[in-house]
Amino acid sequence: LSCQILVLASLMSEPIGYPDLDKLLPRLDAIPSLGSEALAAEIISVLGRKSGVLTAALRSVATLPVEQRKAYGGAVNRLKVRFEEAFARRSETLDAESRHRDLVGVDLSMPGRRRWTGAEHPVTRVVDEIVDIFRGLGFAVAVGPEVETDWFNFTALNFPADHPAMDMHDTLYVDAPPVPGEQGGRLLLRTHTSPVQIRTLLESPPPVRVVIPGLVYRNDPFDPSHAPAFSQIEGLAVDEGISFVDLKATLVHFAHRFFSPTTKVRFRPSFFPFTEPSAEMDVECQLCHGSGCPACKGTGWMEILGCGMVHPAVFEHSGVDPEKYTGWAFGMGPHRITMLRYGIPDIRLLYDGDMRFLEQFVPGGQKQP
Amino acid sequence: MNVSRRWLEAFLRRPLEVRELAERLTMLGAPVDAVVPLHADLDEVLIALVEEVRPHPNAERLQVCVVNSGGAERLNVVCGAANVVAGRKYPFAPVGATLPGGVRIERRKLRGETSEGMLCSARELGLGQDGEGIWELDTDAAPGTRLVDALPLADHRLVVDVGPNRPDLLGHKGIARELSAAYSSPFRLPAIPSPPVTDVPPVRRVGGDTVVGGVHVAIEDLEGCPRLLGVVLRGVKIAPSPTWLAQRLEAVGLRTINDVVDATNYVMLELNQPMHAYDIARLRGPSVIARRARAGESVTTLDGVERALTPEMTVIADDAGAIGLAGIMGGAATEVTGDTVDVFLECAYFTPKGVRRTRRTLGLSTEASYRFERGIDRWGGVEALRRCVEIIQATAGGKLADAPVDLGPGPPNPPRIFLRSSRVTQLLGIELPWHAVEGYLVSVGATLVPKPADGRIAVEVPSWRPDLVREVDLIEEVARLHGYQNFPAELRAFRPGLLDDAPIERATTEVRRGLASQGLLEVMPLPTAPADGPESVQLLNPLSSSEGHLRRRLLPGLVRLVQRNWDNQVENVRLFEIGTVFTAAGAGERPLEERHVAAVLTGGREPAHWTGTGESRIDLWDLKGQFEAAVGLAVPGGVVQVQGNGWIGLDSQGRTVGRAGPLEADAPPWAAPLFGYELVLDAAPRQPAHFEALPSTPSSERVLALLLAEGTTVRQVEQLLRRSGGPLLEGVTIESDYHGPELPPGTRSVAFRLTFRAPDRTLRDAEIDSMETRMLAALAAELGIQRREAGASGGGE
Repeated sequence: LSCQILVLASLMSEPIGYPDLDKLLPRLDAIPSLGSEALAAEIISVLGRKSGVLTAALRSVATLPVEQRKAYGGAVNRLKVRFEEAFARRSETLDAESRHRDLVGVDLSMPGRRRWTGAEHPVTRVVDEIVDIFRGLGFAVAVGPEVETDWFNFTALNFPADHPAMDMHDTLYVDAPPVPGEQGGRLLLRTHTSPVQIRTLLESPPPVRVVIPGLVYRNDPFDPSHAPAFSQIEGLAVDEGISFVDLKATLVHFAHRFFSPTTKVRFRPSFFPFTEPSAEMDVECQLCHGSGCPACKGTGWMEILGCGMVHPAVFEHSGVDPEKYTGWAFGMGPHRITMLRYGIPDIRLLYDGDMRFLEQFVPGGQKQP
Repeated sequence: MNVSRRWLEAFLRRPLEVRELAERLTMLGAPVDAVVPLHADLDEVLIALVEEVRPHPNAERLQVCVVNSGGAERLNVVCGAANVVAGRKYPFAPVGATLPGGVRIERRKLRGETSEGMLCSARELGLGQDGEGIWELDTDAAPGTRLVDALPLADHRLVVDVGPNRPDLLGHKGIARELSAAYSSPFRLPAIPSPPVTDVPPVRRVGGDTVVGGVHVAIEDLEGCPRLLGVVLRGVKIAPSPTWLAQRLEAVGLRTINDVVDATNYVMLELNQPMHAYDIARLRGPSVIARRARAGESVTTLDGVERALTPEMTVIADDAGAIGLAGIMGGAATEVTGDTVDVFLECAYFTPKGVRRTRRTLGLSTEASYRFERGIDRWGGVEALRRCVEIIQATAGGKLADAPVDLGPGPPNPPRIFLRSSRVTQLLGIELPWHAVEGYLVSVGATLVPKPADGRIAVEVPSWRPDLVREVDLIEEVARLHGYQNFPAELRAFRPGLLDDAPIERATTEVRRGLASQGLLEVMPLPTAPADGPESVQLLNPLSSSEGHLRRRLLPGLVRLVQRNWDNQVENVRLFEIGTVFTAAGAGERPLEERHVAAVLTGGREPAHWTGTGESRIDLWDLKGQFEAAVGLAVPGGVVQVQGNGWIGLDSQGRTVGRAGPLEADAPPWAAPLFGYELVLDAAPRQPAHFEALPSTPSSERVLALLLAEGTTVRQVEQLLRRSGGPLLEGVTIESDYHGPELPPGTRSVAFRLTFRAPDRTLRDAEIDSMETRMLAALAAELGIQRREAGASGGGE
């Protein structure tokens, strides 16, 4: 105990020489031990505008004889600065202590405050990714109408009239009279994005490199893998000297960018009226990586797109000289690719607008609170 | 098309490994969708020799057999079949085996005698209908051999996806031809196990009308039936087909019926030539005539359905009327039955368009119509008819009454296509040696007439390949047979396209990202909808009446999605869509297509949080803010204005392009209010953001509390403040909107926070005072607005 008294004594402020000021010194020394309420009261009591003791002392300077004013005024001001500093220091200490005390009591594992986050549809993200890859290969984005005439949707694309090839396109027709004119005809909902090939070629001369995303329609009822309307993305490259090797190389490049650089890719012959030679591109099953699983029906492969060299009849219908120009085209289904990529078992989930589904695709993730 | 591996092996005279076979067909352009192992469930059934048969001591109808099933021990088997004979071989299921249908064989006692296995009937093994007694086998195989190896039964059914351009692959011969080209090994028709009784004489070519074996045959509709072959077989014995025939049909999933009908089906599956057999006793005339149906005529087809005919349809008729639908299905009245003695075999070429038309009109698709629609080999009928006669004679017997006849014009010169080597290289991008090109074409049946002088060849295409019409068709054959896997995948130099992105796509991407950043989730519902006013575009053949039209607006569809979320007890729903809407135009015009943006909002303004934030619900002001943001994104230069109890969006020309407001919906009681907007997405190019230098002088602020009379809008006041305030008034924001009893009746108090700034100096109070005075004077003069009394403040603010 005596030791503590000694320490306190040694810290006591030196007398100033004015008794009224000296008697404030113990209060100055007491500041570091004040609580926050006592501190606030003490600040008013010492420095308050109306009744603060130092304020009063400063005011009284003017009443002193001139020769005393300077010395006394200086002493008051110096003391005021010391008080202000002590108050500030104490206030800071108290704040820090209080901050510390606040956190000590808080369970920091409580959830943080979030904002609603939006998201693009997973199919949109897949389309954008596909488009981005083709942009890097000199392609631009083109679009066309969803209500088409049978000329654009079938005839110009070399579908033989009344042929089994049409059975692959169960068509929804518009209940309206045919559109007259050279390229008119019966109105229908386009069954593929390929009519935009014709529209693009009719409007712009080669070289043409476009990708065409859009909705297409089929008279198919909903089931886990079919929908009456779904997205397609078409690609078309036309120029002099374009060959089957360019087709294969570009699409293999695409598959390696979109899936992974080591993904196995294969081309096999197929049939589309508007391309010849025609091919289908398979990539190694993204679920079993080739060993065979129910998703790929045990084959180890997944069908990704149909493609081929533009048929000369298509060029003839779109005013392009098929002897001078050659080209290739492809079509793929982003809805299907979205299902493959995310393992979505039922295509209807992509149409239902279910918040619980959509929020799974929010960038960074978000749970419905 | 179902294909039997064993049948192909019979063509190629070599074993085929099924996985390799499936892979090979896939890479030739006929992908195999499924491989089904057949009779794998008979794995455990063995050939057994019955060495001794004695009566069961305790049961009159049972016998005890001593059976040699290949092991060292002889087994006792109790058997109930009357036809069991010592010294014969039978299928035997040993103890532990499981039969088709799941029956497991166990050692058990039958009336005191132990039975160690079971002798089986064909029906018990799932091999046909014969359940009368056990199945006596005519085989050299040693006891203990697996039944599937001895007969042989083991096979695979391959489900091949044949494209509409390749009708030739709808028969085993066509597929064998492809494999023969791929394996470079020959193929020929499989031998018929029992040899034919007589040689079939050459087909007699006649005009459009003749008599064969007493049957009058004629073509009256050359358009629908340009070719018809026929033959009469007398004295056939209708019976179940022999095992080899039944097995081939069953291997590809066809039910066996009787020896004659099975023979016609066999030929169809082997040579892709549908055929039909008629019971001559039931033909009136007797005659077989290909003609158009007459108005009002009808026919009852084999499936027992009476079908009304129209003059567009080609039929087979006898003297009294139609007896079959040409190329689709025969008639019930003339079908071959157990009593049939004399048959007429029809082997025709029906035109694809005619068959397709009738098939679609009647909604009746068959194995035959499928093949005729795709185009069978027009000149393959002779081979098919001879084959069919040989099989019938080998199975059902019968005598040829006459040489077969062939009605219809003779074969034309095969079509020729010219192929240039330069074109092959131009299209395929690789140099192929010319002899390789020729080799590929010859391997699929083409004949070449070289014309070395001009670097091209004339190719005569075979009649079974109606798909080969142009030069490019031959180039595809070359590429296909060369193998797509053998083309390099090297990226070569290219010229970028000259086109720019479609403006609407650019705009869509920008709006979509903007709305997602507003906390909305994108949806893509179906664009079909119920009728929505007279301008809806109606569909002719919709899937359902609730989807019978194309939508004219996006919002109704979004409201349905909200209701579905409510059904799932989801309260917080914030969805947007960018999609096409359709409006009917005048007759003979395309409907108008427009891209719209729409959103719906309901539920909490923020996610619920334990601190209590997130308890407030989305209200009108959230909607207005969202709508303003959407108009800013979707309509360059667009503005939002009040209209009715909501807002409209105007484009830069003042046209209404969108609306926002509260929405009606079938909401559960706990649901929060629903709001939404819809607007037209403008494709016009977006202006780049406009940069302004950051201010270097401080701003000053004043708050003006103003009394607004009823009917005066904040917008009016703000416009007047800006106009009268002058260029140094930088900003006007609303601080509060107060209604209270102490205010003069019919007024409210709105506090405006005004920000002043001069770009070149710090504003003095006096300057601001004079601006404020000017504004207050303008407010009083133009809108009769007074400042709220100072000191009267209280409550609400």
